[in-house]
This record gives sequence, C-alpha cells and structure tokens, in this order.
Amino acid sequence: MSASFTLDDLKRILLEGAGAAEGVDLDGDILDTSFTDLGYESLALLETGSRIEREWAITLDDSALTDAATPRGLIGIVNRHITAAAA
Amino acid sequence: MSPAATSVAITGLGVAAPNGLGTEDYWAATRVGKSGIGPVSRFRTDGYPATLAGEVPGFEAADHLPSRLLPQTDHMTRLALAAADWALADADVDPSARDGFDMGVITAASSGGFEFGQNELRKLWSQGSQHVSAYQSFAWFYAVNSGQISIRNNMKGPSGVLVADGAGGLDALAQARRAIRKGTGLVLSGAVDASICPWGWAAMLTSGRLSTRDRPERAFLPFDRDASGHVPGEGGALLVLEDTKAARRRGAHVYGTLDGCASTFDAAPSRDGTGGLERAIRIALADADATPAVVDVVFADAAAVPELDRAEADALRAVFGERGVPVTAPKTMTGRLYSGAAPLDVATTLLAMAEGIIPPTVHSRPDPGYGLDLVTGEPRTAEVRCALVLARGHGGFNSAAVLRAAD
Repeated sequence: MSASFTLDDLKRILLEGAGAAEGVDLDGDILDTSFTDLGYESLALLETGSRIEREWAITLDDSALTDAATPRGLIGIVNRHITAAAA
Repeated sequence: MSPAATSVAITGLGVAAPNGLGTEDYWAATRVGKSGIGPVSRFRTDGYPATLAGEVPGFEAADHLPSRLLPQTDHMTRLALAAADWALADADVDPSARDGFDMGVITAASSGGFEFGQNELRKLWSQGSQHVSAYQSFAWFYAVNSGQISIRNNMKGPSGVLVADGAGGLDALAQARRAIRKGTGLVLSGAVDASICPWGWAAMLTSGRLSTRDRPERAFLPFDRDASGHVPGEGGALLVLEDTKAARRRGAHVYGTLDGCASTFDAAPSRDGTGGLERAIRIALADADATPAVVDVVFADAAAVPELDRAEADALRAVFGERGVPVTAPKTMTGRLYSGAAPLDVATTLLAMAEGIIPPTVHSRPDPGYGLDLVTGEPRTAEVRCALVLARGHGGFNSAAVLRAAD
C-alpha cells in the first residue's frame, strides 16, 4: 500500500466492488467525470467507500461520498483522511 | 375465458433448468426424458440428510451479464437476468425501443438470494460489519429479481413479486395477465429460484419433504408407491406476456394463450382443509371457458409425498374421471424448482403444443391405485391444444392455469 490514494487504487476498488458499466472505459480520462456519468449510483459509492475504509484503515464521513462528485474529488478527500490519520 | 376479457398471449420463453440451460437445450433433454438430477456440487453435503439436487449446468454469469451487475447479484438473480434477456429476444422485443411505463415485471420467489446473504452474514460475524457488501441491502431480498430485471430493461410499468411457495409461479402469471387486461402492453413474468447453498438447504430441510435417497433415479418418485419426498432444484422460466391482438399486430410469434387462472387456499386440516386443489382446477377451467373434456394434458404438481400425491390424484379423478386425462411431471427431470417450477411447466406446455408430444415423467412407476394416466418412460405423441398446469405451495396454496395453443 502506497502512502497516498491514487486513481489506480480507486479504479481497482471500483472494479472489485461494483464492476464497470457497459460503454465506460475506466482507463480513459475519468478524473473529472461524474460518478453518475461513470454509471455508479449511491450504493456503488457506499460499497466503494466501505472498501477504501477497510483497506486504508480510515473512517470517511457519511457525507464524503455524496460530496465527492468525481474521482478527483474522492481521491482528494481520501488523501486528506490518510494524511490526518498519519499525523 | 369470458368473451369480454382480453386474450393474453405468451410470446417469448427464457429457460434455465437443471437439464438444460436455454430453451433449446432444455427441450432437447426434456422431450426425451433426460434428467438433470445428481449429487449437489455447489457445496459439501457431508452431514446433511439430503444430498441430491437439480443444478443448472454450464452457467457462467460473466458470459451473460455486465461486470457492473456481478458484485450485486446472487446466483438466482443472475440466472433470472439471463433468462429475461432470452425471453425478450425470443419475443423479438427490444425494450429500449418501447415505452418503459408500458412494460412491467412480475415474478415469484420462494426464498431470495440466499447464497449471497449467507456469504455476507458470514463476513458480518467473522470479520465485522465493515466487510458486509452494501449490496446485501437488496441482493438477498425475494423481490430482487423483479427489481433487477426492471432496472436492466427499463421496465417501469406495474411490477412486483408474488410469494406463495411453488404456487407463486402461477400466481405471478395470473397477476401479469391482470396487468395486461388493465392496459399494460407487455409483462415479463415467471420465476427463477436458486438457493442450493448451506443456508438454503437448511431452510428447505425444515419442510420435512426432501428426499434423503442418494440414487438420482430412485429419489424423486411422484405417484409411485415408493414416493419419499422431492429433490430440490434451481432455475425456472421467464415468459413474455402480451395482449394477444397487439402481439399479432406486431407480427409476434404466439406460443399460446393464458386462458384460465385460479388460486385457492386450504384451511387447516382440523377444519377439513381439503379440496382446494380441485376447486382451483374447476375455477381455472371455468375462467378459460373450458370443459374437462377439452384438456389434452395435465402438468401435475407432483409432490412425491404420499398424502399430497393422494390429494392431487383425488382432485384429478374428481374432475376428469378415472385415467381420464394424460398426466405428466417433467419436473422429475429437474427436481422441484419452488417458484420456478410452474413457469417452467408453462414453457414446457407451450413447447409440447408446438411439437405435438407430451414429455414423460421419469423414474416413477405409478401406483395404479391413484387412477392416473401418467405418461412415463417415453414421450407420448399427442395433439396438445389445451393444457392444465398445477402448482401447490407449502401451507395450503393451490394454483391452476389453463393454456391453449395458438390458432
């Protein structure tokens, strides 16, 4: 596990926990694409958040997942939690 | 069927059965009496009294479903989603080209996604709540097949789930017919049950009706003196139902029409709770405007529990007379599929009508005392224009359906 949470980490966790929608290429430029446009509804994000919490031993706020509309937003929130946990 | 009532046609079949995945394989096996019952392979049955099941062969979910659906679906839902796709394709219906609110999904279920639920409960108790899938919120639930089929195909019309053990499979079709008569253009209906996992097995064993025999050819013997309970199976069928006139207008192939439906409920034995099955048969025949004489074949519920076989034989003799109609139980090749059994029997009926044969009941040697003309061993050549399908559920549920061949 690296020190920070990357797009590759997020893609792997999304695929494991929720799969990928037909016609969506997670290897494309998705950082600023909304999770809705990527085909993930709230339950998929809940599952994704749960897996991130387990793997990185952090606790995300209930609102973190709903506030993070895009992969870039979620990655930022997770990294802030990792930094805070390490401090 | 009363002249005023809208005729409802079945225009598409999707089958997942222990003796064949897909309608073609299923019918190729069923028409010649090839059984799909064998030792349970999905989990170790050491220590369990029942060890045989009918398991659907060769189903690789990833070959049929997008990866998005795999983490959130139980085995039964995967089978149901695939069968729904096949039924729509068979009916030559492209749901994306139709009004979503004009299409409904009405299925039946007896258990739910038990294997999924068992795995998540195991994680809860062994690893903690953080390890439980968010999809546990619905993946175990008995309404989940209707929900997932609805979402996948954008079918937003009247939808729901019927729960009446085995009888529910016919009750769902009756409800689908009701929805069409109220104006919905198309309903995907039927049932797929599949809970061959330790949790499902423990639940099924509580009925006391599972065969504990270990030879597949001696385990499930309805109407036989040696009847000793049933073998459970997984699978079922999903069917596309439409207003017959509308189906013909769009040039659809009509397999047959669902002309009679009835459901009754038996009172407790202490209150002389018998006769419900005979009432269901008579009501369904009246609903179809059919006399017993026009029925060409009966697909029996075939419990393989002596008192239940007796009750079914008594009902059939009361309505049709001694050996008055050919009776068959192709479910002897699949095991009892719970809610999935009756929709599969309806599909089998329609295939039998098309080919002009009655598929056999395998392995049973009927007790002559029942007075039934049971089709055994070999398929019987017969013109099948009108058929009666029976389904019972644990606790007193009786349902009957009358189908007619397309003109």
